[in-house]
Amino acid sequence: MSLFLTRSDLPFCKGCGHHHVVRSTVKALEEIGAKPTDVILVTDIGCHGIVDGHFVTHTAHGLHGRSVALAAGIAMGLPPGKKVIVYIGDGGATIGLQHLLEAARMNIDLTVVVHNNMLYGMTGGQPSSLTPRGFRTVITLDGAPLPHHDLCRLVYDAGASYVARVLGVGDFSEVLRQALEMEGFALVEVLELCTSYGVRWNPGLWLKALADEAGYTPGIWIRPPRPVFRLPAGPWEPLSPRGEGLLDLPPVEVRFSSPLEERWTMILSGSAGEGVQQAAEILARAAMAAGLHATKKGSYPVTVGVGFSTAEVILSRSPIFYHGVHEPDAVVITSMDGLLNQRERIRRMQRGVLWLDASLPIPETEAEIRVRDFRGRAGARYAALYAIWTVLQEMGILPPEALLEVVQGSSLADRIPVDRWASLG
Amino acid sequence: MDSCRVLLDGSRLIVESCVRAGASVYVGYPITPASLIFSYASRRFPIALPAPDEITALQWMAGLSAAGYLPVTATSFPGFALMVESINMAYMMELPMLIILVQRLGPSTGTATAGAQGDLLLLDGLISGGYPLPVLCISDLMDCWLLPPIGLRTAVELRTPVVLLSSKEMVMTQSSFDLRQLPEIEPVRRACYQGPGPYRSYDPGDGLVPPFLPVGNDHHLVRLNASTHDRSGLLQHTSEEAMTNTRRLGEKVEALTPVLYHLDEQDGARTLVVSYDITSGAAREAVRILRSRGVPVSLLLARTLLPVPAIYYEVIERYPRVVIAEENAQGQFARLLFGRRIPSKIRLVGAVGRMVRPEEIVREVLAG
Repeated sequence: MSLFLTRSDLPFCKGCGHHHVVRSTVKALEEIGAKPTDVILVTDIGCHGIVDGHFVTHTAHGLHGRSVALAAGIAMGLPPGKKVIVYIGDGGATIGLQHLLEAARMNIDLTVVVHNNMLYGMTGGQPSSLTPRGFRTVITLDGAPLPHHDLCRLVYDAGASYVARVLGVGDFSEVLRQALEMEGFALVEVLELCTSYGVRWNPGLWLKALADEAGYTPGIWIRPPRPVFRLPAGPWEPLSPRGEGLLDLPPVEVRFSSPLEERWTMILSGSAGEGVQQAAEILARAAMAAGLHATKKGSYPVTVGVGFSTAEVILSRSPIFYHGVHEPDAVVITSMDGLLNQRERIRRMQRGVLWLDASLPIPETEAEIRVRDFRGRAGARYAALYAIWTVLQEMGILPPEALLEVVQGSSLADRIPVDRWASLG
Repeated sequence: MDSCRVLLDGSRLIVESCVRAGASVYVGYPITPASLIFSYASRRFPIALPAPDEITALQWMAGLSAAGYLPVTATSFPGFALMVESINMAYMMELPMLIILVQRLGPSTGTATAGAQGDLLLLDGLISGGYPLPVLCISDLMDCWLLPPIGLRTAVELRTPVVLLSSKEMVMTQSSFDLRQLPEIEPVRRACYQGPGPYRSYDPGDGLVPPFLPVGNDHHLVRLNASTHDRSGLLQHTSEEAMTNTRRLGEKVEALTPVLYHLDEQDGARTLVVSYDITSGAAREAVRILRSRGVPVSLLLARTLLPVPAIYYEVIERYPRVVIAEENAQGQFARLLFGRRIPSKIRLVGAVGRMVRPEEIVREVLAG
């Protein structure tokens, strides 16, 4: 009996091609001189999958169709020399096709053995995407109406290193040996006839004749060697974090003061791509430089670069537990996108100040309205920042110098004519 | 320097905290509002992998975990929904990993850029059979730093997936924050089976958690199984040994999940405010307002959500009136605690599509 099996009998129906897959697999493993601890067998759901308990190897019995992805996770973290084998059926290959294509694209070091008996055997014989046209199954008694996927071609085109298709009769260990010895993604499609359902609904049909008729041509297709996807280090070796620490941020030093006593809230709303979020962040930092606590929350549609962009800023002398803004002290609108987004809020405002770009219509509101030419003076790209500058000038809640200092320390330093703004007042 | 004040978001703290705790691999698939975590992780994790979909992400994580890595991912409901079967697999295989679930407004794809607290009851029923999954929940920026290591340690020590629950505003809103208040993080220690073998993957010995050994190791064969199995990892139908093993999965989580909460009780208080996640901030603010007005009130912020710690019932029992605040329409935490027959002393404050406001909690407390 093989070193790789716990017992000589296998848990399959008499005459099932799965016997040949297992016998050929263990023979191939013996021929390459693998040790049991070098082999990881990952099985899927299906008749073939229950054989894992018979193997004297590492085993992982996973979910239907997901064995290739599970095995990919294992294989990418193991050193070269370990043999990760996946047993999957045509049904599993159908539901998990994406995993096969991705593993082939990445050239992960796997040997996938597809038990293609052209139907779902464990659930009564339904057709899969590998069932050839005309093949009768329990729910296609007149024959499957559609052609099958050519799985070998699909994974080859996706980048597999080694692809083979064999008739699942007799000894095909040589093909499996080649697949196991090839470093990278290998797939061997084994054609079978399910003795319980395939034969029942297609009496008199021979496997070779079916393969010929369906265009399931046996063969071997090999790509030139290319890099295999592996992680750079093993799990038990020290792995260092990459890059700079995420907390290596320049601290905001308190160099200014603010007369603000109460919590002050502002909504800044404009168009995506016009620096609204950046302007709000600069305001928050300027407030911190004046000794205040600050929060900045962004709100925007799911699209990027179009539509509104709204920022909510809270400044407070005491810690901020709640960073929502219900009734803002200030609403600053720099574009029509922003006005439309904040229209309802503006209409409900009973107090506070609304700063509005001069290009916009005056909305209905109880708030005090101040029309300013943000866009005309600073251009669309910097209208939001200029609006912040204007608000600080008019409200006196922060020294404008705090804002200037934050801008000068930011990536905008070379682009913003702050001196000119200062002269504009 | 007296302080080191910076403007940052919770995602940044979460990722740095995970890395310092020893998480080695981040597997990501982009989804709003969890993409910021993916972005930081790609800059900072020792290894960061972009997966082609969320099912693959979880399967890769399971494979990496089986091989001995400590993987992390972050997602939101649409992606999490795809992960559910694979999380069940990792639970059954007993593979440690951390899944950060950033809640957003549903149902379905809902509004990707709006926050919510709508997924708690999904988590309660996530594991088929009703077995508990450890779920910890972030309630402020400090939790973004403190909870990832606890989640990772729980995952390793219990050999289980752990969910770290959060929501859009919790991980994306920027706040001024003093970095000096952050304590050092102790890396999660991992131990491997050292016995003479044969190794049985699901033999817990005298405890509840079997020792771990990576698949593919050179010493002992490892059998992992997502289907019902015995202590050796061999497929079973419903044998007594297998059923004992399956029951143990729930027992270990019930017994060993850390109980984490913030309880601030005030003498003379007749009302307890209870909250978690993003609404914790509104609850804190409401309590501050009430106390400033001379109204005594107590506060319970839940960090361990599942399995539900018994202490929550004990605390709630002490108060004639309890206000539970959360950003959903159903009162999911209240339902988690009491089912659909919520006692009359429990008052719910909820919101959908916006944050719960402190004034709403204040009003409900004063209405009692």
